Amino acid sequence: MKKTYKIEVDCANCANKMEQAAKDTAGVADANVNFMALKMNVEFVEGADVKAVMAEVLKNCKKVEDDCEIYL
Amino acid sequence: MTKKQKKVLIRIIIAAVLMAVLLVLPLEEGSILRFLLFLVPYFVIGYDILKKAFKGIKNKQVFDENFLMAVATVGAMALGEYTEGVAVMLFYQIGELFQSYAVGKSRKNISALMDIRPDFANIKQDGKLVQVDPDEVEIGTTIIVQPGEKIPIDGVVIDGSASLDTAALTGESVPRMAKIGDEVISGCINMSGVLSIRTTKEFGESTASKILDLVENASSKKSKPENFISKFARVYTPAVCYSALALAVIPPILSLIIGVEPNWSQWIYRALTFLVISCPCALVISIPLTFFAGIGGASREGVLVKGSNYLDLLSRAKYVVMDKTGTLTEGVFEVTKIVPEGISEAELLETAAVVEAFSNHPISKSLKEAYGRPIDSTRVKNVQEVPGAGIKANIGDTSVAAGNEKLMASLGLSVNTIAEPGTEIHVAIDGVYKGYILISDRLKATSKDAVAAMKKAGVKKTVMLTGDSKQVADIVAADLGLDEVYSELLPADKVTKVEELLEFKLPKEQLIFVGDGINDAPVLSRADIGVAMGALGSDAAIEAADVVLMDDDPKKIAKAIGIAKKCMRIVYENIYFAIGIKVGCLLLGAIGIANMWFAIFADVGVMVIAVLNAIRALRVKNV
Repeated sequence: MKKTYKIEVDCANCANKMEQAAKDTAGVADANVNFMALKMNVEFVEGADVKAVMAEVLKNCKKVEDDCEIYL
Repeated sequence: MTKKQKKVLIRIIIAAVLMAVLLVLPLEEGSILRFLLFLVPYFVIGYDILKKAFKGIKNKQVFDENFLMAVATVGAMALGEYTEGVAVMLFYQIGELFQSYAVGKSRKNISALMDIRPDFANIKQDGKLVQVDPDEVEIGTTIIVQPGEKIPIDGVVIDGSASLDTAALTGESVPRMAKIGDEVISGCINMSGVLSIRTTKEFGESTASKILDLVENASSKKSKPENFISKFARVYTPAVCYSALALAVIPPILSLIIGVEPNWSQWIYRALTFLVISCPCALVISIPLTFFAGIGGASREGVLVKGSNYLDLLSRAKYVVMDKTGTLTEGVFEVTKIVPEGISEAELLETAAVVEAFSNHPISKSLKEAYGRPIDSTRVKNVQEVPGAGIKANIGDTSVAAGNEKLMASLGLSVNTIAEPGTEIHVAIDGVYKGYILISDRLKATSKDAVAAMKKAGVKKTVMLTGDSKQVADIVAADLGLDEVYSELLPADKVTKVEELLEFKLPKEQLIFVGDGINDAPVLSRADIGVAMGALGSDAAIEAADVVLMDDDPKKIAKAIGIAKKCMRIVYENIYFAIGIKVGCLLLGAIGIANMWFAIFADVGVMVIAVLNAIRALRVKNV
């Protein structure tokens, strides 16, 4: 399953870091951050609990870039 | 400017003023007071950077630009270079502000370009117009679109007529007319007249929503340069930090070993300069910005690109394979020539139209259309269709035959071979040959220019594939100046042909297949780049293709290649320029020629130039 989230982040490199952090989160098959459109596309692993996974993604993103937001 | 940006601007001004004041004050060099006073502007301008750097270390994300700046400026302060410490922070913030302003601005520009999102739909309730969320409108509802409003949902006009501005969708400035019975698509702006439209799709499935979705998710497929830059940034920053450390430690130790003065502060200063130069912002921001601007500019011209990787591929397109019908030709059959023998043109056309009155074949339709008047079908008797040949029937007392050469031959008539593209309908009345009518699919007005423009854009070979007869295909190909033509192909043969061509080309060269999206999804996906044309209203095409041309002008193919080329040129300019300047400055910094002032100007300057250059990709009108 795929979902798109609106995000808030200030710099392109931070967006890349968020992408990496999201990719490395368990339950995420693939993630993609579009800095210019301020969007994050997340593809979930089959049967993943989207809500729980996204909470984890947000936590991991905050870890690599404090000044970011994902609108869940 | 956003609130955040304004806040930074105020901090920049305060810090700059404070610093200017401190510079004119007669403070004693090296005094504690001078240090403390300089700390004020330093913290005003740099507190958030220091905080972020600290948090980064805490979260094991050490190497980012905040860290670089923090270490460089703290180091400078420690060495007693207060002015430099503050200045580096100050200019770094100015650079960041400029960058965020430029990005925000182009973000806005591009969303304005794609401003086709309808906000509401008007429906009639109890005789009054009510504005509702288009998402809630069900299929089959009648919506009213007033002049100046956007059509929110695809549908069919059931009342009224208006001219529609499709510029936001197609880049085409000539308005289209819509009258009762016409299908209209969402995203067009009604320029005159009130339209009542019966919706045929849900909002989410409507053209405007689909296109927005496509554009907004465009960069989910990232190009090679973008991936290169992300990887580069990941390796580069740590690499520079370690080399800075090496620069600070190794030369002094070597000096100690060979018994020379170690000169610690000089080497540490050089190492700090290193850190300032090394900030990767210019690269990291300008590459995605260029692609974003390129995709945005292209969509304004009616060329939707589904990902930045396709811009990369398009810029290297060397083979263009095109479908004939619907791509190079109008895809609409019409009477193009009437050659009577012994009767008038009008009589010949009337005879043919009447005899075909009962047929629904596309050819009889075009005959009837050319005739243009209602046909009294009661006059037609004994209709006899001869499969693969034509029709025989009686009109009143005369017996008429209309069809191809075979039909004429069966009547004992021989006809001249006609060397013109199209289908001939020969007509015989009472066994006497009366001439023929030529029905053909007209070439698009711009097809010839389009092929020439592709050649100019660096395409090596233009190829046409068609299911049509060799005779017709060869004439069309010669007319347009195409390099190769393959005719009498079945849909499956088209895939095989494209595969053969793919085999033949060099790996770096890219092959484009252009089709109208009908029946050619397998070929679209097999080619390196599938381009669907005339996608207005065709969902299948939007889904199957990598690049979507909103209108059906084949000239847009060359335009798309041109836009891609411009975009990629800017991308590589920025990569070479930014990396080149950085490496140069690093070398100069290492041998002590470039000081910290030089470093910060190099860093911010490169970023500003790279961003301005990136924005150039938005301007593609005359590509």
